[in-house]
Amino acid sequence: MEAHRFVAPAQPGQETRIGVYVCKCGANIGKVVDCRKVADSVANMDGVVVAKDVGYACSEPGQQLIKDDIKDLNLDRIVVASCSPRLHEPTFRQMLVSAGLNPYLLEMANLREQCSWVHMHEPEAATDKAIDLVKMSISRVSLLAPLQEETIPLTKKTLVLGGGVAGIQAALDLADNGFDVVLVEKQPSIGGVMAQLDKTFPTMDCSI
Amino acid sequence: MTDAGRHPRITLYTMSEVTDVKGYVGNFEVNILKKARYVVEGECTACGECAKVCPVVRPDEFNLGLSSRKAIYSPFPQAVPSSYVININECLGDNPSVCAKCVQACEKNCINFHMSDEQITEKVGSIVVATGLSPYDPTEHDEYGYTRFQNVLTSLEFERLINAGGPSQGEVVRPTDRKIPKSVGFIQCVGSRSARKGAGYCSNICCMNTVKSTLMLKEHYPDIDVKVFYIDIRAFGKGFEDLYLRSRRLGTHYIRGLPGSVEENPDGGLSVAVENTATGKLEIHDLDMLVLAVGLEPAPSTQRLQEMLGLQLTPDGFYLEAHPKLQPVDAATRGVFYAGCAEGPKDIKESVTQASAAAARAIRIMHKGEITTEPITSEVIIEHCKACGKCAEVCPYNAISVDPKKKIPAVVNTAACAGCGTCGAECPFGAITMNHYTDAQITNQVDTMLAEDPKAKILVFACNWCSYAGADYAGVSRLQYPANVRLIRTMCSGRVDEEFVWRGFELGAPAILVSGCHIGDCHYIDANHWTEKRINKMWKKMEKMGIRKERLQLEWISAAEGIRFAQVMQRMEDLRDSVTQEEIYETVEALKKRKKKISH
Repeated sequence: MEAHRFVAPAQPGQETRIGVYVCKCGANIGKVVDCRKVADSVANMDGVVVAKDVGYACSEPGQQLIKDDIKDLNLDRIVVASCSPRLHEPTFRQMLVSAGLNPYLLEMANLREQCSWVHMHEPEAATDKAIDLVKMSISRVSLLAPLQEETIPLTKKTLVLGGGVAGIQAALDLADNGFDVVLVEKQPSIGGVMAQLDKTFPTMDCSI
Repeated sequence: MTDAGRHPRITLYTMSEVTDVKGYVGNFEVNILKKARYVVEGECTACGECAKVCPVVRPDEFNLGLSSRKAIYSPFPQAVPSSYVININECLGDNPSVCAKCVQACEKNCINFHMSDEQITEKVGSIVVATGLSPYDPTEHDEYGYTRFQNVLTSLEFERLINAGGPSQGEVVRPTDRKIPKSVGFIQCVGSRSARKGAGYCSNICCMNTVKSTLMLKEHYPDIDVKVFYIDIRAFGKGFEDLYLRSRRLGTHYIRGLPGSVEENPDGGLSVAVENTATGKLEIHDLDMLVLAVGLEPAPSTQRLQEMLGLQLTPDGFYLEAHPKLQPVDAATRGVFYAGCAEGPKDIKESVTQASAAAARAIRIMHKGEITTEPITSEVIIEHCKACGKCAEVCPYNAISVDPKKKIPAVVNTAACAGCGTCGAECPFGAITMNHYTDAQITNQVDTMLAEDPKAKILVFACNWCSYAGADYAGVSRLQYPANVRLIRTMCSGRVDEEFVWRGFELGAPAILVSGCHIGDCHYIDANHWTEKRINKMWKKMEKMGIRKERLQLEWISAAEGIRFAQVMQRMEDLRDSVTQEEIYETVEALKKRKKKISH
């Protein structure tokens, strides 16, 4: 087991330098949530060095602003309050790496899918919720520990399930690129429904 | 097809099904059951002498029963592999006193009745799911008379009739009298776009398939009368509108309105009653033959594979992609990709496009020959471990080894650990740390959330793959729900430790929800079984402590159930509203007592 696994998480109160970025996502978040107010409300929390609202955190200038702050203010952890981490967590993790930080020192607060879009007619309640979500993210990020990815060997072979037109095409593309393929078909022949068709639109040529 | 059959890098297993998939991206282990063909694939030259002597006649599935085949047969002339196959359930057997005629007829001696089903294990790095579709069965559309009138066909049956290699050598003939019809009608949206029968979605291909069929009919029989009954014609693709206009130019009648009833005339023709919504008039059309443009449904294997691979489905039953726009061929499970109709109804061009995309995405992760694993795995704090074995018992991946008898403490195999965190939640001694979702990280979120005005808030634990994604889906769909809900994301609901919930109640939370994937859909095989068990245990404890157990809720919400997520949040709000300040005070006191007891 590598040494990193024994790195103890930072304890609360320990000196952390957190940057908080509240993304307006244009009007997607900004129209409902008062992003400036959210940033201001968390600016004085323990460990927070800087809290800002930004137009589009994921854009090139948005990321550059955060990266510059990381360097200039010596930040060691980042909270991005924007869309779902299921969408942009990889983006911002990559940004942390390019700014020299461990990618796991990031926490996202979901202000779009789980706040502005679902409380569109309650801007005040949505802003209160956003403040809570960002505060929760700050308390989480302050305890995050750097983690290292491991590299493991991989089998350069693909299982293609189904030998219809899609399965055949995927298998051929993979095989022509030099990858081995196992093509599994339930029927006695490949071809699928495509083989049963006569001419096919829009070219009106034979299916087989 | 033939290219795929002879490509040196493609191993083709026909008559085969995947029975089990283990492992993770880069290193899957797949069990395949290859059923016996009873004809040696490499030896058979498809001469067909065997089929000539076979006495068993059965409906030919490839021609949808419009012709017959023998018990030993080739699925169709261009089949790959070309080898014949014996349907052993239909075959009379290899006893020469009963039959075995094919064995005698086969000069190459490639019929082998001693062949048995094979279990094959393959190691692969990625998986492309291209399991296709199932045509809609129009039996329930009884008003169209598919089961009552022979001259009512499905669009796929019509394909076989008009195909030069089909049962009638490409001559479109009526099943009742083998005569070429003078008029043919097509009914669109059979099993599609209907709230009552079949599916609510548009099957995507039926409009253009019918347009194509009308052109084929006009080409074969220029004087034929062709009518199409439709709701809208959706000719959205490149070159599609041209085909549609050509069909109209050649005289196909497009009648806007779906028939209400179909009756058979004495001559076998069909009388179709329809309200023409363009004119508002009820019309009766007499046609010699009627074709039902049936929609596409998910393949029957979809659910079995979904459970085996831990995938997600849309409410329509097709596979759910990781992101509808940015990752349209990726499954949420790393290393699994979709191609073709498995993901949703689509035509050949789209299927091919998606298949190439899936291949490229698979190559993207495989080309380096190694893969980085997420370090979100669990870790044992050896000095706290009492070697009780609970963690190994609950691990869905057998990633933990521990010997309770010899008191050898637990060790986590990080390559096998997928990071659900169930071990961390179940360890009675706090001896397991779940990296990136530690007890301290999660309780810190709970503390912060409930620091101010806890009575007004609802605490929700949501698993990353289903419930959190379901909340995202509610967002994308702009479904509005109470704004006092606060979500805490864990990778799996199995991570939600009892202590997180007690902590929430102790800090004055009126209502807490634990949510995860439906049973059977868990992204971590079956970790959510442990969630369910744990919550049941907690409910019993709550009853003992005099805490109303309804205040802790457990819900399974899938990634596609945005509507359900919003409804559950509304229910949670109603529940929260019913909790009094006094009740919360009593709970806090009860939990303080419990804490004291434990510390003594």
